Amino acid sequence: MKLLQQFFRHQRRKYSSTTKWQSVVGLEVHAQISSASKLFSGSSTEFASPVNTNVSLFDSAVPGTLPVLNKKCVEAGVMTALALNCRVNPVSYFDRKHYFYADLPAGYQITQQRAPLANDGVLRFHVHTPGTNKKPYVAEARIKQIQLEQDSGKSLHDDYQSLVDLNRAGAPLMELVFEPDLKNAEEAASLVKELIIILERIQTCSCKMEEGALRVDANVSIHKPGSPLGTRTEIKNIGSVRGVAGAIKYEIERQIKVLESGGEIVNETRAWDATTKTTLAMRDKEQKQDYRYMPEPNLPPLHIALGPVQQGCVNVNEIVSKIPELPEDTRNRLRESFGLVPEHAIILVNESKLQKLFEDVLALETVNPKLLANILINEYLALIHAEKLALEDVETPAKYMRDIIKLLTDGIISRNTARLVLEKIIKGCKDSPIKIVEDEDWRQITDENKLRQICQEVIDENPKATKQYLGGKTKVFKFFLGAVTTKTNQRANMTFVNNILKELLDKSKK
Amino acid sequence: MDRILSLNIRLVNKLLQDNVISSTELINACLERARNIKKYNPFITITDNVAIKQANASTDRYNKKKTLSELDGLPIAIKDNFCTENIKTTCASKMLENFIPKYNATPYAKLKNAGAILIGKTNLDQFAMGSGTVDSIYGPTKNIWGYSDDNDFFITGGSSGGSAIAVATGTCYAAVGSDTGGSTRNPASYCGLVGLKPTYGLISRLGLIPLVNSMDVPGILTRTVDDCVTVLNTISGHDPKDSTSLMRQHRRIRLPPANKMTIKGLKIGIPIEYHCEHLSPDVLDVWDDVANVLEESGAIIKEVSLPNTEYSIVCYSILNQCEVASNMARYDGIEFGFRADENSSTEKLYATTRSLGFNEVVRNRILTGNYFLLTRNYEKYFNQALKVRRLISNDFDNIWDEVQLLLTPTTLSTAPLYSDFIKKTNRDQCAVQDYCTQPANMAGIPAVSIPIKLSKTGMPISLQLLGRNLSEPMLLAVAKLIEHLVEFKHNPKYII
Repeated sequence: MKLLQQFFRHQRRKYSSTTKWQSVVGLEVHAQISSASKLFSGSSTEFASPVNTNVSLFDSAVPGTLPVLNKKCVEAGVMTALALNCRVNPVSYFDRKHYFYADLPAGYQITQQRAPLANDGVLRFHVHTPGTNKKPYVAEARIKQIQLEQDSGKSLHDDYQSLVDLNRAGAPLMELVFEPDLKNAEEAASLVKELIIILERIQTCSCKMEEGALRVDANVSIHKPGSPLGTRTEIKNIGSVRGVAGAIKYEIERQIKVLESGGEIVNETRAWDATTKTTLAMRDKEQKQDYRYMPEPNLPPLHIALGPVQQGCVNVNEIVSKIPELPEDTRNRLRESFGLVPEHAIILVNESKLQKLFEDVLALETVNPKLLANILINEYLALIHAEKLALEDVETPAKYMRDIIKLLTDGIISRNTARLVLEKIIKGCKDSPIKIVEDEDWRQITDENKLRQICQEVIDENPKATKQYLGGKTKVFKFFLGAVTTKTNQRANMTFVNNILKELLDKSKK
Repeated sequence: MDRILSLNIRLVNKLLQDNVISSTELINACLERARNIKKYNPFITITDNVAIKQANASTDRYNKKKTLSELDGLPIAIKDNFCTENIKTTCASKMLENFIPKYNATPYAKLKNAGAILIGKTNLDQFAMGSGTVDSIYGPTKNIWGYSDDNDFFITGGSSGGSAIAVATGTCYAAVGSDTGGSTRNPASYCGLVGLKPTYGLISRLGLIPLVNSMDVPGILTRTVDDCVTVLNTISGHDPKDSTSLMRQHRRIRLPPANKMTIKGLKIGIPIEYHCEHLSPDVLDVWDDVANVLEESGAIIKEVSLPNTEYSIVCYSILNQCEVASNMARYDGIEFGFRADENSSTEKLYATTRSLGFNEVVRNRILTGNYFLLTRNYEKYFNQALKVRRLISNDFDNIWDEVQLLLTPTTLSTAPLYSDFIKKTNRDQCAVQDYCTQPANMAGIPAVSIPIKLSKTGMPISLQLLGRNLSEPMLLAVAKLIEHLVEFKHNPKYII
């Protein structure tokens, strides 16, 4: 009896305490290398080709065929490793990983298990989820290894038959294995976002998740602070950034529920169902497989030249010189050279098209960069989203954007008008901002006498409000501003109006 | 015509050039010979149509004096584990009984481009796993030496026994075999032929259906060393499609006439470990004789030691089975080859296909190999075997400081009777048959088997020369000298 009590007390202490659970997340990312041909054969990697057309004899494992390593894929792998601050190994090896599956024609996958292409990298990224955490913060995840490997084909099953498409079989992949350094779903999604920006920049992966070009596996466990790590589950093949956040969030909550109701977490593989927004245990992966790894005897060791030598498959020095500016460097430059706030720098880098527009405008003319970033993010991007469009859908010439900024800084149009002009452009108007402003008669009224006259009219037309204001209800001031805006069709220079109204109202006080 | 079939490549080429015979006539004679020797069962497929078509094209080239090489119009045979475009390639197995490849193995492609004419695909042990050419779904190949009737016969050795008999019967001048642990040299030894296992990587493996990728090499079987050199010059060289083929430019080998050669001062080693308990007195005598003859010719004969030789066969066996387990994983009945009539599940389809498509030898090696590769066994077996392999390879590396070549038996005895041979399991047989040959595969070095003389019972006895990597020019030169000194007589029934 005493024992049982102890047991229960122990249980209670373990699971019902109010201390918060901590979650630990690690990611494995499979990124398809942007390459015209496969990792070990000459067949094409083009997406959505007719079924079984991109299949060489080697891809279908015809006896006697041999792998020939695609140099372009090695270059891409090395460039990725360098961009992620990894140590590139001068010698790496290929291994065979055995398992039987209909879409794995050879009965093994060629991968790099013993000695991968690169190790020990680190990826620093900004966690910025408006709504969740207001201030962006920097987090980092270590990269354990990057390895080159083949993709498998695809199987399709119904009740009567199974069909195999080998177009993807042998497609080149980089597997990026991250250490479990992440705290939650937001960090995981932010990491994937940053990774996508980097890979897109260096053009080693298209990152088109909808095409399966980037697939994420997440290892998730929870534990109480001070206690050892919990049992982890693995969520396989998450196909979108939102999915990464959703799946991990769901899985953490599921694990908390299971443990708090006295259950146990089993080490298992789960799948993310994007429609029901749940993770489900995958039945066929329950059994622990022994992959019977073996060195791939048909491929010699992969040598990478690290210094100024020409030996080896590829040369690191040459690849380093080809790496473009990486996103973190861009953010720093945007902040340091243009004085942008961190949030703006982050958003511009996240939206590469917006960043390009920003830089293109500045290349045309030195306009106020802070104002430009502000307009691009808070007006232009917001309007595009409001129209339910994507940046890719809209083509805005840099000189139009420059004109708008100039019209604004010269006081020819108001911020409100700028928004109206942008709206017209986004909706497809091809006219220049200057022409739009002329045609619509949207020039800002800056003539002080004219504004004084309008303001006086507004005051005269609203004796009740005037009385309230004079009675001390200063809040009514906003009403006057609004009335002027309406009366001038949003054309009044509001800075002037603000001063004039105050002056006129104060005058009537006396 | 029988005389012509007995000649060597250089002389036949001369006859073709001088218009004494045409390629078409030559090939027709070979095809007739192939039909006449069917009782020995060397061919799985005789490629009549292809051969006649190629022969006519060759005749044309000779008429126009636009021949492709010394081999233009000459008949060759290829072991049926090399892929040949649109020609069945079976590996003597039910699994690939109806497999028709869509590409040519590089060695065959090179021969074809040189104008050589394929007359047939030759018999072997299933997937080249054996040393007798007895484990074929097409039945055993029988040795022409000591042949009296079909009920019992001497084996050819293997696994390239079909290629050996095709050459030994004068059906062709050269045949391509494969050599993983001795599969070319062993039948060469039993059938009285020259059998070359070149340096690993000297000849492309593309299209050779693999047994042990890290040891497989295409081998060459001929009646003379000169013929062997001609074929080697044709099929060797870097192949961008085989990443393990050697990059370095291959130089054509030219051997001087034997009577102009000297081996004065050449150091030849006799490794004591090859004097093992199963070595027959006949073979030992021949080994001794040839060593003496070489010494008389000016060579320095030296006893040497390769201390790790005794571990080689078991180490070879483990590595062989591991790679077999892996290489055979692709035979699942999905993309090509035999597929069992089984629809209940994918797993069941695999299992039935594989148990029906492979013989017991293949299935055993797959199971054992997979056992060795299990995570818990990897260190103990596979990795340990790799370490021992390194020691064996080091043994050879060290020996080259002392001597330039090694002289050993190829096989421990003459060809056994079929009835005796099958008393032992495939595994036990391989351990005996491959004893002298597989160390060369472990180390990747070249080796050649040369027929020396007939035993008292009238069966060929052969010896093996081994040299360091890429020492083929010297290795084959000394082989040619030995050939000249011993004057081995080929089977008078076919080679006159």
